[in-house]
Amino acid sequence: MSRLAAFGRFWWDFVIGDDWLVAVLVAAAIGATAIVAAASVAAWWLLPLAVLLVLWVSLRRAIRSA
Amino acid sequence: MSTGNTFLVLSAFLASAVEMVEALTIVLAAGLARGWRSALAGLGAATVALAIAVAALGPALTVIPLQALRLVVGALLLVFGLQWLRKAILRASGYKALHDEDAIFARELAEARGAGKDERAGVDWYGFTLAFKGVLLEGLEVVFIVLTFGSAQGSIPLAAAGAAGALVLVAGVGIAVRAPLARVPENAMKFAVGLMLTTFGIFWAAEGAGADWPGGDASLLGVLGFVVLSSLVLVRLLRRERRLQLRTAEMRA
Repeated sequence: MSRLAAFGRFWWDFVIGDDWLVAVLVAAAIGATAIVAAASVAAWWLLPLAVLLVLWVSLRRAIRSA
Repeated sequence: MSTGNTFLVLSAFLASAVEMVEALTIVLAAGLARGWRSALAGLGAATVALAIAVAALGPALTVIPLQALRLVVGALLLVFGLQWLRKAILRASGYKALHDEDAIFARELAEARGAGKDERAGVDWYGFTLAFKGVLLEGLEVVFIVLTFGSAQGSIPLAAAGAAGALVLVAGVGIAVRAPLARVPENAMKFAVGLMLTTFGIFWAAEGAGADWPGGDASLLGVLGFVVLSSLVLVRLLRRERRLQLRTAEMRA
């Protein structure tokens, strides 16, 4: 069990890293892009703006916890 | 070569070079402190393990429909790339210490020299596991980047060529100088890799989610420009904030 937990932890650290909120916000932004695109509205602009916002939020969190 | 493919080779080369410089530092520390036999055995075993991972996962990825693959790969690259970019921005603005290959080498060397002797199957076990783990962990990032970039862009061989170029360069220079590659502008390279990963992540995740980019592949340049510009503005803002913080702390002291 501890090996399985270590394996899971390794992949969590590898992909998600220090800030889990980044993964949650990125998933939400991709979901929003899919919803807008499904409504036949141009959706390409949404993700770059969302990423800028996510980066800013994550940087503030990193600085606060430093 | 198309814009997408040029970016693909360049990104795979840069990301692989950064990881290989770090792996080289660990192998050098293992070799110098514990003997080259165990370090090279660890390096060889990790290379075989990585080759198996590529052989198993590479063909599997090519059978997934491209839009679904771009959605998953784009999301993963975006999360992964934002980690790199966040660290790079924190380093560039002074909130995080710069990556120092010389200091890491000195620490690894001291730890390797201080560890007790344990010989298994004719090799020094500490040296073997140090080199094995170092190469495997750094190599997994290379495998992840080559497979995701290559499969989403439809050309794993091109991504592999970029990584192979980095391997030849780093291994060649490493053998020639037999010292950690401290002069490599690693922090700048990491910044560039973070920018590339995030750019590809945005591009493919949006495509996978059903968005159409105006201009197709050529809009990668626009996304890259946006990510570069935004990151530089963030560095500038945070650097100014950091300077103010330090000045205030000095005045209070």
